[in-house]
Amino acid sequence: MIRVENLDKQFDGRAVLTDVSLEIFEGETLAIIGRSGSGKSVLMKHIIGLMQPDRGRVTVDGTDINRISYSELRNVRRQFGVLFQGGALFDSMSAYDNVAFPLKTFTNKSDAEIDREVRVCLEMVELPDVGEKMPAELSGGMKKRVALARAVSLRPRYILYDEPTSGLDPETSNTIDVLIKGLADQLNVTSIVITHDMHSVLNIADRAAFIYRGRMHWVGTMEELHGSDDRTLGDFVRANEYQIGRTNGRPAAADDGETGKADAGMTKPENM
Amino acid sequence: MILYRALILEPVAALGRYSLLLYHAFGSLGEFTSYRKNLLSQMLHIGLESIPIVALAAAFSGAVTTVQTAYQLVSPLIPRSIIGSIVVPSMILELGAVVTGFILAGRVGARIAAELGTMRVTEQIDALEAMGLNSIGYLIVPRVLAGVLMFPVLYIAASFVGITGGILVGHLFGFVPAGEFMEGAREFFQPFDPIFGLIKSFVFGFTITSISCYKGYYTGGGAEGVGKSTTEAAVTSCVFLLVADLILAATLL
Repeated sequence: MIRVENLDKQFDGRAVLTDVSLEIFEGETLAIIGRSGSGKSVLMKHIIGLMQPDRGRVTVDGTDINRISYSELRNVRRQFGVLFQGGALFDSMSAYDNVAFPLKTFTNKSDAEIDREVRVCLEMVELPDVGEKMPAELSGGMKKRVALARAVSLRPRYILYDEPTSGLDPETSNTIDVLIKGLADQLNVTSIVITHDMHSVLNIADRAAFIYRGRMHWVGTMEELHGSDDRTLGDFVRANEYQIGRTNGRPAAADDGETGKADAGMTKPENM
Repeated sequence: MILYRALILEPVAALGRYSLLLYHAFGSLGEFTSYRKNLLSQMLHIGLESIPIVALAAAFSGAVTTVQTAYQLVSPLIPRSIIGSIVVPSMILELGAVVTGFILAGRVGARIAAELGTMRVTEQIDALEAMGLNSIGYLIVPRVLAGVLMFPVLYIAASFVGITGGILVGHLFGFVPAGEFMEGAREFFQPFDPIFGLIKSFVFGFTITSISCYKGYYTGGGAEGVGKSTTEAAVTSCVFLLVADLILAATLL
């Protein structure tokens, strides 16, 4: 279980996260939703210790990940698979080598076993034939799927998805949603999905946590979300529905839709 | 206030970050066996692939030094062998290492900074860390080690080619016959000169690669940021190369 307690984070004196608390239960799929720039990605980076909180703590299975040594932290991180926003594939390696990389680095498996694992992972994301391609030759959606194959190659307990559907066309977004749902069921993992795409949330999540202006504004199950009379949450969901209507079933692809404009001037801490 | 920030705060902060990066890099030397494949490929990129351009530059600087020395010392009272005794130590003490250094700062420094900078802005470094890998050990240690190991090789090649260039041009253009050139070189040869050159090349190799790794690793702000760190890596490496050159000459010679 992952527990985030009273997390504060500032960049150059600007509060990005304020008193954020959250519990992520074993086996569930939790969507962390909110506008662009609301601090979702920063929260994700705290969960795997890529950023240090100014105050508060993050515990993974009872271990405070900011109070352990770097090598212990790395052991904790190996339980995670992370899908970064742009895929973050190593562009000097082929798709196959990207998926094989964690297996070669962290296991003592033979080449034949690694080969079998890589093929299984690429099958899982429905891309069995792209192994030889370099990341530059893959489309945005394919990159994310290969990155997902890489993220699950070590059979993690937790998978973190950072905006898995942003920048993708509606059909590819649906494919990614199906994959996330499928992986959660097949591998019995705990999934944390950072997104502003409500369509995706409705498809895949068991619970949602809504971050608004760096604070945890609302947490609840999907049924509670539908029944909620919280105005800010309602506005966010409705803005998405409006987008869904406009783009025929899916929210607008890029980040700069209706929901992003209000925060356009805000520093994106994940880029700092 | 702006001056205080630009002249004091920022350089001190940069020095702090650079030192911390080196501290972590040295700290991860223990895990080096897992990253040794990277070392070989970096030695290839930094070392072997640089040989043609380093050799070309060294050959020309050796040749030009010979021509200029001959021009400055044209007198029947001065033996022509003096050309050899000036060109050879210049090459071994200064030109071999500095010419190699400037070329590597441009060629290797920019490459390292652009590579690591792109990895940073496309979250590839975060991806390495998130997998549980030590990104500094994996990315920086092999590059700095490759620089420290290959720079002396390049320096030796540069000095050799530079001196050969000097001899050839001196001989072919009639400034000094090869025999007299070598005679002069032998007469004033100091055994410490090549040792000094080697010490210098270790220091230069470390300076260029560590500064470029630092600039690349801490890149921020997208494509523009990568461009900025690439330029800064080459420029800062050159500046500190000159500083290191002076300090070494002042302390060891």
